[in-house]
Amino acid sequence: MSQLSSADTQTPEESAAATDEVREAVLATFTSRLGEGVVGSHIRPGDDLWIRVDRAQWHEVAVVGKAMGYRFFDFLSVIDWLPSPFGRDMDAQQDLEVSGVIAKEPAPIVQGYAGGDTRFQVFARLYSIADGMGITFKADVPDEDLSIDTWSTVFAGANWHEREALEMFGVSFNGHPNPINMYLPADFQGHPLRKDFPLLARRVRPWPGIVDVEPMPGVGNEEEGEGE
Amino acid sequence: MTAISDPHAISTLAAEANDNRVNLDFETEGMTLNMGPQHPATHGTLRIIAKLDGEQVISAEPMCGYMHRGYEKLTEVRTYPQVNALINRIDWLGSFANEVPFILAAEKLMGVEAPPRAQWIRTILFEMSRVANISLFLGDFGLQLGGMTAGFYAFRDREWVLNQIESATGGRFHPNFDRIGGVKDDLPKGWITESHIAMDRLLAFCDEMEDLLVGNEIFQARTRGIGVIPAEIALSYGLSGANLRASGVDWDLRRDNCPPGLVYDQADWKVWTHPDGDCFARTWVRLQETREAAKIVKQLLDTIPAGPVMAKVPRIIKVPEGEAYVATENPLGEMGYYIVSKGDLVPFRVKIRSASFNNISILPWVARGAYVPDLISILGSLYFILGDIDR
Repeated sequence: MSQLSSADTQTPEESAAATDEVREAVLATFTSRLGEGVVGSHIRPGDDLWIRVDRAQWHEVAVVGKAMGYRFFDFLSVIDWLPSPFGRDMDAQQDLEVSGVIAKEPAPIVQGYAGGDTRFQVFARLYSIADGMGITFKADVPDEDLSIDTWSTVFAGANWHEREALEMFGVSFNGHPNPINMYLPADFQGHPLRKDFPLLARRVRPWPGIVDVEPMPGVGNEEEGEGE
Repeated sequence: MTAISDPHAISTLAAEANDNRVNLDFETEGMTLNMGPQHPATHGTLRIIAKLDGEQVISAEPMCGYMHRGYEKLTEVRTYPQVNALINRIDWLGSFANEVPFILAAEKLMGVEAPPRAQWIRTILFEMSRVANISLFLGDFGLQLGGMTAGFYAFRDREWVLNQIESATGGRFHPNFDRIGGVKDDLPKGWITESHIAMDRLLAFCDEMEDLLVGNEIFQARTRGIGVIPAEIALSYGLSGANLRASGVDWDLRRDNCPPGLVYDQADWKVWTHPDGDCFARTWVRLQETREAAKIVKQLLDTIPAGPVMAKVPRIIKVPEGEAYVATENPLGEMGYYIVSKGDLVPFRVKIRSASFNNISILPWVARGAYVPDLISILGSLYFILGDIDR
């Protein structure tokens, strides 16, 4: 597979497809309203739009998005792009043999669509009922200051999503009215959805893996399988 | 939809409406009422801490996490087919509907398309899950408001749908039937005729419920004008599904943004909305939805094409690098999966956007100023499944 695209680059099969004029127009409108804040974008024609913005503009993104008719708040969460420091030893060893993956390969941090520079990215999605499409917004959050402005003043529904992001990733939201844990006990240590938080159940008892799938006879790799 | 678009004006109006509902002139000693985690009006272990002023609720704060299973973490160490078995347990009353958006998102990244017959079977089972799920809501909501009979009728008639789901998939509650590239098996012999009978039975059940429950004077007194949610507030909280349509927003993902792989355009059906936004509207919209779902199933059963039920996919599923968000209109509202893949056997990150999480987050807003018995109506009519909140 090709490298995930960073800002404005597209994989060959996508550039061959028809360009998406509707989403291009939305992106252009958004960029003109937000000014310098847009630092990256990605369009999958006919399907979806990603916009990466500067962290300082995060609150403004919600305001501009709402003004553009993106009034339905879908979700907000965080991605931890760090490859699991446990390598693949948390996966079933049986699966590793099948797929031929070497455990504990060191891998660099590679961000997804619309690029990125930091380990943690806050991402959120708004939807426009009039346009019939959604936008996924992303913002980089540097490790040394894991904080970003709250959206809960613009979209009330962001309140709970930000509480979840706070406890699961340790990203704090400036101006959040009620920054307490959503699910976990108040004295819980650590942030479970971070990649460096081990899944202890796997340590105690290894996962059996795909016990019913074996390599096809005479075929060395997994790409050449056959559908049922 | 007529709605005020200025956010500032809306928040001012909302704040004024709240203040009018809470009696500020007559100070009485407050009281904290703890509902749950085990409470008959909560489908699972939701705990609500309500601060009361006399009989009125000043604030109601849901405390979640009694059923948090950490699915987003668990998906990161499971292969895609294994995740499929796991996410059945999110909304356990409409399990098949949970699988579909995840499979569709994986198919989108892989560039796989299910054959037509598989798409038909998917849509039929999806709508059957909706019928099973919402018919239980109608009965259970009656139960919560003191109408015991409705509950018994719902459990009785839901069996008809569950039997059909079981005979096709092998699982009453957790089918685990959807696969990347199609469905697990073809339909058993005689299933189409039986399903017609079951759907006729459910249509009759909807008529019964309309007479017995929705048309009932006490029921209407308990629900009309209670828990009104304006459209703009509903949108900003991310309410979806029947809760949003009951506030007058004409939006249904099945019609407006149907992901490829489902064939809703092959049936003739209608999206119902209600302008009131109260508990009654939410119940009424759901009742109509159950009817429409049964009609969709009946139409699709008549037009189901012949052919294979599985596309050619590798035996070992590896999803190419990329990100995809696919959402479908589940019985409870919009359910979506944001999948980040690194080209591995396992997803890198899965964000599960479940409907109940957003739907119930509006509770503090809507419960403010309500009376305690109305809190039961509001909770019941917002309709959540605990597994869908906590994940």
